[in-house]
Order: sequence, then structure tokens, then C-alpha cells
Amino acid sequence: MDNTVEKQENIRKGWDGISRFFRANSIWMLMYCTGCCAIELPQAMTSRYDMERLGMGPMATPRQADVLLITGYLSLKTLRRIIYAYEQMSTPKYLVAFGPCTLNGGIYYDSHAVINRLDQYLPIDVYIAGCMPKPEAVMNGFNDLIGMIKRKEANGWKKYEQNKDWYRKNQIQALGELRIKDEFHE
Amino acid sequence: MITGILTGFGILLFAFVWQTSLDGINRKIVGRFQKRIGPKWYQQFRDIFKALSKTGVTHGWVFDFGVMMALGGIMATVMFLPVVGYSAFPGMDNFFIFVYLLAVGMLGMAMSSVGSGNPLAGIGVMRALTQMVGYEVPFMIVILGIIFGHNTSSLSELAAIQQASGIMTWNLVKMPIGTVVAYISLLGMLGKKPFETFIAPAEIASGPMVEYGGKQLGMLMIMHEFATFIEVTLFVTLFLGGATTLFGFIAKYFVVYILASLISNALARFKIDQVIKFYYKVPITLAIVQALMVVFLGWGV
Ligand code: SF4
Repeated sequence: MDNTVEKQENIRKGWDGISRFFRANSIWMLMYCTGCCAIELPQAMTSRYDMERLGMGPMATPRQADVLLITGYLSLKTLRRIIYAYEQMSTPKYLVAFGPCTLNGGIYYDSHAVINRLDQYLPIDVYIAGCMPKPEAVMNGFNDLIGMIKRKEANGWKKYEQNKDWYRKNQIQALGELRIKDEFHE
Repeated sequence: MITGILTGFGILLFAFVWQTSLDGINRKIVGRFQKRIGPKWYQQFRDIFKALSKTGVTHGWVFDFGVMMALGGIMATVMFLPVVGYSAFPGMDNFFIFVYLLAVGMLGMAMSSVGSGNPLAGIGVMRALTQMVGYEVPFMIVILGIIFGHNTSSLSELAAIQQASGIMTWNLVKMPIGTVVAYISLLGMLGKKPFETFIAPAEIASGPMVEYGGKQLGMLMIMHEFATFIEVTLFVTLFLGGATTLFGFIAKYFVVYILASLISNALARFKIDQVIKFYYKVPITLAIVQALMVVFLGWGV
């Protein structure tokens, strides 16, 4: 009896390791270019730094993507769209935040329309420093993300599932109402 | 019976491994084309297995069933292909079987993506079908010319006829105009760039694929590899004389596919109405000229 449980556990672990290898080496991004940090992504993607050699590439929709890039400050309207996009992504999903604007609101810290701390609303896996981050910093951040996926540390989506009530409370506090739904089937 | 089934699975496995590796190599070549380093040659395998290891959302049973139907239909089509003289169902490799069986897979995909309810998927499917009307007509005129000229529609017999005396009996040499037309149609079938209207990631968010994520996306990627294999193999068999050795087949396949992708990376995308106008002006005229030459003058037979 114990033996079979152990066996199943081993199989599960082995499978987990294999899928983590694939996930770490093939990361599809959804770029949500909210602020000026986005201007550094083209350099990181094209011939000079060539993100594709890490297996990363841009994707067209949240359903297909593995990582959501948030580049800079977020107004309340964009926050709503980002929450919808994040909820649509299939797990496991990761979130990378660019620049100090996602930490403290940046230049619009005292505006009524801009949120200050993104991690109150969505779980962040990696922050990339710099205003704006140089392409080297961007590539370094992605390397960190790959390392974290390999070491099983990129668990933001699990944290989000577990603390959903807390996140939802904050989201509703900021936005008033949220309608998460499958909009094509009602 | 048993050997037939084993041959079929062998062809399936070969098709998947070869076309997926070639896609990776192709990404590397395109990377070099753009002065980048490019991904590893096995990147496409990693992408597919990554997608299969994720969770998938569902949009109702039509959505899920259509994916199965697409993958199953395409795999069935691959099994009928004669590759390097091997064939799972000998004597059943009539060209028209592929025309019909290929439609099963494509319709499954269309049904599934429309079942997702996303308007962009609907636009993508509509464009794909419109484009199909564009490239099928010139392609079919050329193929019917070949069938008329050689008096057979079996792929392996057509290949054998072309292999009779080296390169001079290839349809590429005997019907150069028809080959050009078929190649332009092939670009449309593969969705390569001047005719990439139905994917168009920057315009309609990858069209039919818009609602797929995780497992279903992985299955569709496998289906896409198989569909590419069928289309390129048909071209190689019909115009480049098939192949008697595995190496010959791989070499011809490589040239055809990489050339298509290099053309794709050098050109911009047509709008859908431009695609149809183009197909109904240039390739169709050339195809009719070719057919007239075969039927009335007996050239290229
Ligand atoms: S961190 Fe700096 S560069 Fe980035 S969005 Fe904020 S102000 Fe712009």
C-alpha cells in the first residue's frame, strides 16, 4: 500500500521536473505596455539582445501566454483590464513588473487615478529595477524568472489561488466592481 | 495488416519528428536572416510539450471536440501518404483522398474555433476559407493537367513516372509554369507571409487560435506540423519526383520548406481582398496557360 503511494509520488515528481524543464525553456509573453518602460522591450527582443535564444517570444492573446509583462504605472482603467487578462491566462502563469512605478506609483504617486502598489492586487514573481530598465536589466530579469521556474520558486499563481479573497477584496476596493466571466457564453 | 499499421505509425512518427525539428531549424535560419542568434533547433519540441503541460480552458464541448477532430483528421491523412516508397495503405494514395481528408481536419479546426465564440476567431476562419477558395482553384487546374497528362491520379504512380529518367522527367522541368503556380498556392496553404491573412497576430490576434491556451494549443500545434508535412510532401511528390531514398526526400523537403519561409520573412502581408484578386489574376491565368499546353499541345507529358 505504502509502496504504491510512494511510487505515485515519485511519478508525479518526475513529471513535475520534466514539465518544469519545458516551462523554463519556453516562455511566451503577453506584453501589456502601460508605461514608458515598454520602450526597452524592442531592444531586448531584436537582434542586439535576442530574447528568442532563451526560448521567449511574444504571443497575441492572454490565453496563449505564460508570462504577463507589466511595464510601468497603472491607472485604474488599465488595472481592470490587467486583472481580466491575468484571470484568462492558463496556469501556470507568471507576472513580471518593470520599474519602480509598479512598486510605488512613480511620478504619479499622488494621482487619484493611478494605483501605487501593484502587489496588492496581483502576485508578482519578478521585479526589474531601473527607470527605465536597460535591456541588460530586462534580460537579467528574464534569466531570474527562468531560474525561479527551474527551482520551483515562481509560485505567484498558487499564492493568488490561495489568497484569492484578500486579492479580490483589494481589487474591489480600488475598482468598485469586477466582472470576471466568459464573455462569449452567457 | 500488422505491417500496414506499423508503417502508418512509423510515417506519423517520422512526420512529427522531422517537421518539428525542421521548424526549429527554420527558426534558427530566420534568426540568422535577421542577424540574431536564434533559438535552439529543438525549441519547437519544447514549445509543444510546454503547451501540453499547461492547463487548458474550455468553451463548451464543440470547442474540445473540434480540436480532437482536427488532430485526428490530420493524423488519418498523414497515414495515407506514401513517403519514400512506404505506404500504410498501398494502392489507396489517390490524390483526391488527400483533398477530402485534409478538409476533415481543417473543418474540425474551424468548428472548434468558432465554438469559442470569439469574434476574432470567426473573422480568422472566414478569411481562411476565403483564401482557400483563392488558392485551390489555380492549384487544382495545374494538378488536373498533370493527372490528364500522365493518365493516373495515384501519388506513388505519379512519382514513379517522374523518376523514370532522372531530373529531366520531373514535373518541375516539364511543367515549369505549373510548378510556379503550385508553389504560390503552397505559400497560401502554409499561411506563409504574403498570404498570412488568417493568422495575422498583429491584426486579428492570431485569428482561429485566439482562444486556445494550454493543452488545446499544444494539440493544434501538433496538428499544424502534420498539416505542413502533408502539404509540402504533396508538392515534393507531384513536382520534384518524390524520392526513392530518405536522404533525397529530406533534402527536397528542406529546400521547399526553407525557401517558403525565407520568402515569408522578406515580404509583408496582403489584405484578404488583395489575396483573392492576386490569385484570380496571375496564378489562375498561368495555370490555364499550363493546362492548355498540356491538353492541346501535349507539352510536358
Ligand atoms: S518606472 Fe520610469 S520608465 Fe517605467 S513607467 Fe515608471 S516612469 Fe516610466
